[in-house]
Amino acid sequence: MPRGEEGLFRRVDEHARAPVRIEVDGVAATARSGDTLLVALLTVRARLRESEFGDGARAGFCLMGACQDCWVWTAAGERLRACTTEVAEGMHILTSGMPWPNPAS
Amino acid sequence: MTQAAAADVVIVGGGIMGAATALFLRRYGRSVILLERGLVGQQASGVNFGNVRRQGRFLPQLPLANRARKVWGELQELLGEDAEFVPNGHLRVCFRKEEVGRLEQYAEDARPYGLDLELISRNALRVRFPYLSADAIAGSFSPKDGHANPRLAAPAFARAAVRAGAAVYENTEVTAIAKAADDFILETSSRARFRAPIVQISAGAWAGALAALFDAPVPLQPRGPQMAVTEPAPYAIAPSIGVFSDVEEEGVYLRQVTRGNIVYGGGLRGPALPEIRRAYVDPANTLRQFQHVRRLVPALAALNIIRTWSGIEGYVDDEIPVIGPSAHTAGLYYAFGFCGHGFQLGPGVGEVMAELIATGATTTPIEPFHISRFARA
Amino acid sequence: MAEPRIVIVGAGPAGMRAAARLVEAGLCPVVVDEAPASGGQIYRRQPRQFHRAAASLYGFEARKATGLHRMFDALLPRIDYRPETLAWNVYENVVHLRHGTESEALRFDALILAPGATDRIMPLPGWTLPGVYSLGGAQIALKAQACAIGARPAFLGTGPLLYLVAYQYVRAGAAVAAVLDTSPLAGRIAALPALSARPSMLAKGLYYTAWLAAHGVGMLSGVTPLAITGEGRVHQLRLRDSRGSEQIIACDAVGLGYGLRSETQLADLARCEFAFDAPSRQWLPVTDTDGRSSVPGVYLAGDGVRAAGADAAELAGRLAACAVLADLGRTVRPAETALLRRRLARTARFGRGLELGFSWPARLAGELPDATLVCRCEAITAGEIRGAASTFGAPEMNRAKAFVRIGMGRCQGRYCGLAGAEVLAAARGVPVEKVGRLRGQAPVKPLSISLAGAAP
Repeated sequence: MPRGEEGLFRRVDEHARAPVRIEVDGVAATARSGDTLLVALLTVRARLRESEFGDGARAGFCLMGACQDCWVWTAAGERLRACTTEVAEGMHILTSGMPWPNPAS
Repeated sequence: MTQAAAADVVIVGGGIMGAATALFLRRYGRSVILLERGLVGQQASGVNFGNVRRQGRFLPQLPLANRARKVWGELQELLGEDAEFVPNGHLRVCFRKEEVGRLEQYAEDARPYGLDLELISRNALRVRFPYLSADAIAGSFSPKDGHANPRLAAPAFARAAVRAGAAVYENTEVTAIAKAADDFILETSSRARFRAPIVQISAGAWAGALAALFDAPVPLQPRGPQMAVTEPAPYAIAPSIGVFSDVEEEGVYLRQVTRGNIVYGGGLRGPALPEIRRAYVDPANTLRQFQHVRRLVPALAALNIIRTWSGIEGYVDDEIPVIGPSAHTAGLYYAFGFCGHGFQLGPGVGEVMAELIATGATTTPIEPFHISRFARA
Repeated sequence: MAEPRIVIVGAGPAGMRAAARLVEAGLCPVVVDEAPASGGQIYRRQPRQFHRAAASLYGFEARKATGLHRMFDALLPRIDYRPETLAWNVYENVVHLRHGTESEALRFDALILAPGATDRIMPLPGWTLPGVYSLGGAQIALKAQACAIGARPAFLGTGPLLYLVAYQYVRAGAAVAAVLDTSPLAGRIAALPALSARPSMLAKGLYYTAWLAAHGVGMLSGVTPLAITGEGRVHQLRLRDSRGSEQIIACDAVGLGYGLRSETQLADLARCEFAFDAPSRQWLPVTDTDGRSSVPGVYLAGDGVRAAGADAAELAGRLAACAVLADLGRTVRPAETALLRRRLARTARFGRGLELGFSWPARLAGELPDATLVCRCEAITAGEIRGAASTFGAPEMNRAKAFVRIGMGRCQGRYCGLAGAEVLAAARGVPVEKVGRLRGQAPVKPLSISLAGAAP
């Protein structure tokens, strides 16, 4: 995680869930079992992706699968809608850059 | 009864054909009225794929396509905007050995018309267009073709025509045309009446009924292209790309706009209902297209489509448009029935029709498209 | 004769009640829902790894929520329930479903659409900054994920949800920066007679406000939002208060919402007729009192037809199922439908009161600075929409979409469509109904090209 960056979301309860290890932009991070991918990312980052049209970082909006603002790229070049995808061990998400048409790794 | 508005020429139909004709007629100093049933460029001209493609056309159509291509390159000066025309080339690829020879034959046949095509081997395709699948075994590349935004082109011609002095009436459907003495009288749904010694019918899928008032019936069917677009992705695909195949379902084509979205279409067509001005994308076609576009560019499998659309195109039985004067009625001209491949031709048709109407002749051969071919049948 | 196939889209209060009524009649409906668990948004269930009590999730609605969940769970052996399944298109008598990497075409004899609603959004400069969420989204973060959208969120917009979410945040331990309502207090007082159609709902609303005041949460009414600012995330919210003075609220997140907008895309694809609803300033599908749309065999229920809340949705779901049964020639007691209609009418009266008391601030659209993003998917500004009117002469929304890409992105205009229409109407100087509505285009949500599918 870049120094000084802090997640947007604050966990307020349900702290006793099993850890889930993921990678964000090549850096290890820990989520909790039952997190959505969006929550897993926004508790350690203040962004999910870059707008394709140059207007800055985006971090989702509706959290209910309607606004489609939280689609992220995995390093393998897959698309995931972060707010409706449950986080899973080993996920590797890129919050900047778009690994298309060739995967990043 | 209201006084009829008069002009040298009334054009029926505000697609890209009518709008371009209106602009070029103004350049010949003719007064023009353009009548459009809905909004300019809303059907075939606005919903098509946006190919600015010459290769693969019926060979006698190439002089017209060449003339159109020249206008495409001059849009900025002509209209003050370029309708997002990108001359990045057009690539046709095939999947079967027996098709390679046909691509080669077409390249040879097109050369005398001034269209130089580059044949590309399987390995060279990999190098130059690395996103293509290994199934593509040969390609034919037309370097000066490309693609443009169909939602912008026809309205841009119409606005330029208005700036040049043409009168454009939208939401004005022509319900009757009659010739009285030297003038045609046109009745419309908005009750306004128009008159002119010259009329051009360029009303797409709706043109058949109007043309049948004066000439032999044209076998014209309405159909809907099945278009889709992906979410934006990094810009990687420069040319417009199509599959050459006799299997209708396989004949998909795609292009990437500079913003990143990939537009595609092709394969089977869908239902079009001119009477309610709607055409639909059959979801079964959406799913069929998925497998064929994946076969062309496998990386598309990673992307989502975010929208599909259709619109009403007019298809003539012999897949050749109707262009030129009426066989029977002096002062009456046609430009319709472009069978889903009229977008590229539009600016050229506009220039040719204006030349024909203003000077009585055109330097571009259009005889193969004359409406008299149906009278013989 | 084979049993008719009835497909219900949506497993929120309307879809759940519709399913129950059909099961009572001995039928086995297909229930399609995009979520992994039934309940819809309001009665959304927390993931299996979470253990908070229902009372902490649903507050006053806990008994209703658990009752509804138990009722639906008991139906499962007798219905064909398809969770995590998106209905992505309706075409003729076939609904197209996506589950995982497969698409399935399902013919239906009757289709009950109960897709719910989303927040209704009026954009403001900075609303795409990380840290700005819809009010519904802020609530989901808390309810379904035990997360707050920030340490010090502000809530901006209008509607009862504004106060409820703020209350839930304070209860969860967040330091709420402020609750900022664009509707004036006088409007809410004027709406009291209509709101008293449901005294318990009105009482709850008053309770939340009083509770927030007692807990020291600042609340302003009649505000004019100016901008959300910050570097890469939210730092502050600027507004003009009802007296016209500019105020700056320090906050690290914003929950934003102006009531609800119906999810009408599937009804549109099913070719249902729409009409303009003047009080809510939205185009909505037309139905009869029981939920029959203009298309035979297609029924609409719940917030997806008209946002009226969960209780109304339960009634409308059951009523739509009764309409399906009646149209299939089954016996439905007139007393049952009469009672449902009467109760539904009462919720409608209350809903009108909400629209009056927490009115959509249409006027703000005309005042948005040109540089404000209205369409967050395609990054289209208010100025570009105005250009669609002035440069291109676009008379209505679909034409503006064709020229400047408003509503052309991934969300299909869900979040920019209503505000964009207000911007276009203001630019053209015409009433908003004159600029129409964005037509629905399949797929209703992004659809992967990797999908494999079978024909019906």
